[in-house]
Amino acid sequence: MAVKKFMFVNRKAPFGTIYALESLEVVLIAATFDQDVSLVFIDDGVYELVKGQDSKAIGIKNHSRTYRALDGYDVEKLYVERESMAARGLTEDDLLVDVEVLSSAEMADLMAEQDVVLSF
Amino acid sequence: MKFGLLVSEGPYTHQASDTAYQFAVAAIAKGHEVQRVFFYHDGVYNATRLTEPPQDDRHIVNRWAALKAEHDVDLVVCVAAALRRGIKEEVLAPGFRISGLGQLVDSGIKADRMVTFGD
Repeated sequence: MAVKKFMFVNRKAPFGTIYALESLEVVLIAATFDQDVSLVFIDDGVYELVKGQDSKAIGIKNHSRTYRALDGYDVEKLYVERESMAARGLTEDDLLVDVEVLSSAEMADLMAEQDVVLSF
Repeated sequence: MKFGLLVSEGPYTHQASDTAYQFAVAAIAKGHEVQRVFFYHDGVYNATRLTEPPQDDRHIVNRWAALKAEHDVDLVVCVAAALRRGIKEEVLAPGFRISGLGQLVDSGIKADRMVTFGD
């Protein structure tokens, strides 16, 4: 089977809508297809990676731990947009996984290299 | 060209499903192939035969079903997203089938272009 570059673009906060969780579900499936998978976090999507999430009070499962398990699925390419982090007062130290921080221009170049871009 | 489509919003509330349908019709008219339409998130609501819009409105569900009947477009509803939202075999409109997320990834692999219709 051909190997394609799949990029999952996460743009939404972890809670409030189901997009972040259901995006993660696709990522885990894509990983089993032995594709070249990368994840991008921009806009409110950067909140998905913030440390210390606790969703008990809203009665919704905390899926953020799954990001830490991604390397077990050979998903190791995680990119965060610098401008999105800065706009929200976040730094790499606030994140629960190791990521590569890219400028929006660098992000655009990376996107242009992909075969499939799925945005959630 | 071979297109794979992803519809990630429900019918009527969002225009995503209308635009996806119009894109599919236009692509086929130009001689392209729509390899699959995958329904995810609230997009799974495109597949319920319980849908009954007012008579002067478009029938989004039947429109998809007709696309399958006329052009054999594969209409796939994500099982996990569907079960969460009460969409099961017994309420599925003709032309749709329920399957796994692997069908979305498979579509990305097989299609020349993957086009997302959502928020």
